[in-house]
Amino acid sequence: MIIRKKRVSILTIINITILISLALLCVLPFANMLAMSFSSKEAIDEGIITFFPLGLNVDAYKYILSKDAFWQSLKISLIRVAFGVPLNVIIAIITAYPLAKESKKFKTRTIYVWILFFTLLFSGGIIPWYFLLHKLNMLNNMSALILPGAVPVFSIIILINFFRRIPKELEEAAIMDGANHWQILFKIYVPLSVASIATITLFSLVWHWNSWFDGMLLMHDPSKYPLQTYLQQILIETDTSLNQYKGNPEFSFLGNKSARAAGVIISIIPIVIAFPFVQRHFKKGLVLGSVKE
Amino acid sequence: MHKSIRRKNLALHLMVLPAIILVFIFNYIPLFGIVIAFQDFVPAKGLFGDQEWVGLENFRFLFELPQTKQVIINTIVIALAKAIVGLIIPIIVALMLNSLRKQGLRSGIQTLIYLPHFISWVIISSILIDILSPSTGIINQFLMQIGIEPVYFLGEPKYFRMTLVVSDLWKEFGYGSILYYAAMQGINPELYEASDIDGANKLRKIWHITLPGIRMIIVLLGLLSLGNILNAGFDQVFNLYNIQVLETGDILDTYIYQLAFGTNLNYSLATAASLLKSIISFVLISMAYYLSYKYADYRMF
Repeated sequence: MIIRKKRVSILTIINITILISLALLCVLPFANMLAMSFSSKEAIDEGIITFFPLGLNVDAYKYILSKDAFWQSLKISLIRVAFGVPLNVIIAIITAYPLAKESKKFKTRTIYVWILFFTLLFSGGIIPWYFLLHKLNMLNNMSALILPGAVPVFSIIILINFFRRIPKELEEAAIMDGANHWQILFKIYVPLSVASIATITLFSLVWHWNSWFDGMLLMHDPSKYPLQTYLQQILIETDTSLNQYKGNPEFSFLGNKSARAAGVIISIIPIVIAFPFVQRHFKKGLVLGSVKE
Repeated sequence: MHKSIRRKNLALHLMVLPAIILVFIFNYIPLFGIVIAFQDFVPAKGLFGDQEWVGLENFRFLFELPQTKQVIINTIVIALAKAIVGLIIPIIVALMLNSLRKQGLRSGIQTLIYLPHFISWVIISSILIDILSPSTGIINQFLMQIGIEPVYFLGEPKYFRMTLVVSDLWKEFGYGSILYYAAMQGINPELYEASDIDGANKLRKIWHITLPGIRMIIVLLGLLSLGNILNAGFDQVFNLYNIQVLETGDILDTYIYQLAFGTNLNYSLATAASLLKSIISFVLISMAYYLSYKYADYRMF
């Protein structure tokens, strides 16, 4: 056995240094927020918070957590995720299965695919959409946050491409045994597609959790704002003069930087927690689904 | 036999049905609402109500507004700049990741660099407003330490576009680099071994093997981002812009929003602008898909 001496070239060192700097660049702003959220107001006003809190305290968190509006918006967001994500995933699974069939076996497939695909190409725009929801009496109603986005076309396409890689023999054998389409889908396809389903679940979770615009546009009653819309109002509206017509002074966090930072930290906790669980699947699922052979 | 085939397919139709119904209601019915662009729309009369028709008047008025031209320019400049840096930087980062030998280090770096992709623009904007603040923000603190005057990144028109492009790059480069990195894993290792025998150095290998190996995905992502040239990023701009930077920062989507739901409440004008955007986008995106089908042999489904 030959033991090779490990040579580390200058290029490698530069490479690793740059990559680690980039990684730091991506997390340091969050670290700055974290430090800020635990710092005292005086220290922040002096503008000296870097990555370690000064005047350590949890007042900012106490302040946010004492707000009814915060808990109310958190509740709305959790309900939205609890209904919206499973709905997205189920619709994606049951829609992708028939559309993954060959056109020879399922003739209307092509028409259905185009009906869905067209929505990615062209839309009527936001105004007709808004007035449709108005006409359907969905404004100010939680269903407006869930139903209009219930069909995740992009996720369906990822799943179609994944389902098509599953060997046909499995399905044929199951048909011989008398299985119907529902059984084939849920007993064969779904268990074999965990990585892809985890990926689209993550997409859907992130989408529902991060959506703020529909809440702002469609929920006229601030008590029905999801968390991100509530945060948008307290973190952003107060800062930019342009959109103030809707800003509610009662919400204002202006001048309380540590409370703003605490809001940021609280809102990203679920994503940071969910991340490691789905990340392994995610890389695999995304790559297999989005790149066709 | 025929009957059983039909019954078998009935299940398939049933599975697609919910998606088709939902898409019909929420994506196709609004298409009929495009008529608002040709009306003097009064909300009280309702969608599809008895509205006054004005022909192309809204479109004419739209182009008489001095802001319209500027908004179109802003949109294209911002989107194009984002598309270019958003294509090149992730490729470079993916190449760097690809040449790392230590797997643990690599996946650690990957995890950190694509985390911002999953955070909403509301949160990212709030962070940016804080760290870019000219008085207390950490970036300007740093600039002052090294003797540079504080820069008002979000308040001065000449810096605003750059701030948009760089912050978008910061948020998305990690995610983009994963796609390229994954494509690099699909390159046949024998090609590298053969070039080792030929005595090729690292850079030559990148130029002659790695980059040609991911040519398809580069073409594909490039074309698709050109199809999106009228989408300069509503979530980002809406949460970062303010009255001072309108001249360089207002984009089509924020313009449309303000026409309809801002102080104007001119729904017809906004729908006209939105319809124009939809039509041009439709042509561009269709072209992008067609070209990527033709030249990158890409089929989405």
